[in-house]
Amino acid sequence: MPAEPKIRILVAKPGLDGHDRGVKVVARALRDAGFEVIYTGLHQTPEMIVNAAIQEDVDAIGLSILSGAHNTLFPRILELLRARGADDIVVFAGGIIPEEDIPALKAAGIAEIFTPGTPLGTIVEWVRRHVKPRGVAA
Amino acid sequence: MDPEALARLEAERRRWEATTLRQALERQPERRERFSTISDVEVGRLYTPADVADLDYLRDLGFPGEYPFTRGIHPTMYRGRLWTMRQFAGFGTPEESNRRFHYLLRLGQTGLSVAFDMPTLMGYDADHPRAQGEVGREGVAVSSLADMEVLFEGIPLDEITTSMTINAPANVLLAMYVAVADRRGIPRERLGGTTQTDILKEFIAQKEWIVPPRASMKLVQDMLIFGARELPRWNVLSVSGYHIREAGATAAQELAFTLADGIAYVQAGIDAGLDVDAFAPRLSFFFDCHIDFFEEIAKFRAARRMWARIMRERFGARHPRSWWLRFHTQTAGVSLTAQQPLNNIVRVALQALAAVLGGTQSLHTNSMDETYALPTEEAVTVALRTQQIIAYETGVADTVDPLGGAYYVEALTRELERQAWAYIEQIDALGGMVAAVEAGYPQREIAEAAYRYQQQLERGEKIIVGVNAFVDETPRPIPILRIDPEVERRQVERLRRVRAERDPARVAEALHRLREAARRGENTMYPILDAVKAYATVGEICDVFRAVYGEYREPAII
Repeated sequence: MPAEPKIRILVAKPGLDGHDRGVKVVARALRDAGFEVIYTGLHQTPEMIVNAAIQEDVDAIGLSILSGAHNTLFPRILELLRARGADDIVVFAGGIIPEEDIPALKAAGIAEIFTPGTPLGTIVEWVRRHVKPRGVAA
Repeated sequence: MDPEALARLEAERRRWEATTLRQALERQPERRERFSTISDVEVGRLYTPADVADLDYLRDLGFPGEYPFTRGIHPTMYRGRLWTMRQFAGFGTPEESNRRFHYLLRLGQTGLSVAFDMPTLMGYDADHPRAQGEVGREGVAVSSLADMEVLFEGIPLDEITTSMTINAPANVLLAMYVAVADRRGIPRERLGGTTQTDILKEFIAQKEWIVPPRASMKLVQDMLIFGARELPRWNVLSVSGYHIREAGATAAQELAFTLADGIAYVQAGIDAGLDVDAFAPRLSFFFDCHIDFFEEIAKFRAARRMWARIMRERFGARHPRSWWLRFHTQTAGVSLTAQQPLNNIVRVALQALAAVLGGTQSLHTNSMDETYALPTEEAVTVALRTQQIIAYETGVADTVDPLGGAYYVEALTRELERQAWAYIEQIDALGGMVAAVEAGYPQREIAEAAYRYQQQLERGEKIIVGVNAFVDETPRPIPILRIDPEVERRQVERLRRVRAERDPARVAEALHRLREAARRGENTMYPILDAVKAYATVGEICDVFRAVYGEYREPAII
């Protein structure tokens, strides 16, 4: 029986804030759960993130932001993915994101948003359920 | 303690354990097998004089205002003067932040503390492509002297002390502050306040950097020299554990990495040719106050004792003020929860109490809404009132170091000190903090500690009310501060106006002289001051450093 292809996730930190405690903890939890995780490092522009996602041929992108710039940067990332024909990459996010911003971000194409206090298990479970290897019928 | 009394105490303890305690445990076992602080320092059941038997009062505690300052740096502490109540503030445009400053001063706040936005912290102007969506979001946007003039409009710079949380471009912002004072005719020797300038902890934890570590340290040296010559009341450097702790460090790591950073800066000052007593008295510190009450108090007391020893024994400082560890405290943002946000008021009150019992010189109390956004006026008022209640109602400020001599507190103080010395030895062995940062050592230690704590939370070994216990799913929204997207447009407009109205030849000349000074290794502070007075922008000045020294890129390790 062929081994199930490993799901690849790009964990990315858009914007200028340096708060990387959460992103690193989540990245490690995803790796410990058996996913292949690539971390971009800090201070990434939307262009850098989308380039990395396409180059690394990932199945999902996890965005972490605590600077308040999500309403500007998230839609820009989604737009670039569409322009590159890669909008089948699942994009999820976490950080300091006020409740009332969430509906618009989801409407723009962010699949899920995890706010502070979310257990790691919830994120891992969500990824298991919602991210499939690209090009494989879900 | 005399050996006979100690032996008697030990015998009595064994008797108590075999009788009274044993019976009690048979009836009702303890809640857990092992108790530990939030940093996972094991906590014993009971502390007695035997746990501090080797404590020598005069050697280890002494009197307040005297070496080793364990009980406080001032002889009368808060009986003489209360701590400075200093709320960190800044958002949106300089006009909005200026209004918030005036509001806080009217409420009875006694000093200012400025938060800058992310582009400013990274040395980008408001119109830089990387600034998009970030302008005025996490602090106030400052791109040129024109913004700084508005920010401090109507604030008496010779009466109010101002703390500025700025690091990579601290030299530029300090120059702007001096330029505003120069223009108003305020003598430089009357300027009091602090620039954070702690670039090492940026590489370790806060991660807002521009040029690589060694070049950054050269720029810090320039500031130390400038401060020693020009600004006798200014704290050029505030060595900061806050961000280290918030990034996930334990209390002992916060203590150790902060003091190790302090050691690196003192060495840098000495290497720049300064006499240690000429600049060490102006160094200050900045710590987190987390939720584990006694551990935090112990941390502050240990920090004072350790720094006094470091300065006197390691660096041979002679001036008692060089031995002082003066510190600002901020309650732990990371301990606040988005769930049931009103509970945060209580957390902040307990943390503020610990900071006061630990002997802080100034204090910022977080607002209940900070897991959502920058605080509203109402939230910040409650936070400040919390300090006033502690100061004026509880009585805790009326005697010096009220917990001094408590068996548990003294034992814990010594334990944190022991753990911190071990880290400092490790960092010395790596070649000091700059080399340790380049090797990624403190970064890795902190990430490990953060992950360990998160796992303890997931397993329910550590409890956060409202998050992994006593959960309440009913949403209870609180009002939050929104930053008007117009802020970015207004800031960019002002910046364009400044660029159009300034004398371009003077700007070019000033930036050229700065580049030459940086290339030749001369002091950069004087050319920076000329450049800001010519209305060169933060971005333009930092571009000079990027060109001369290169940009720092962190290896992305998880």
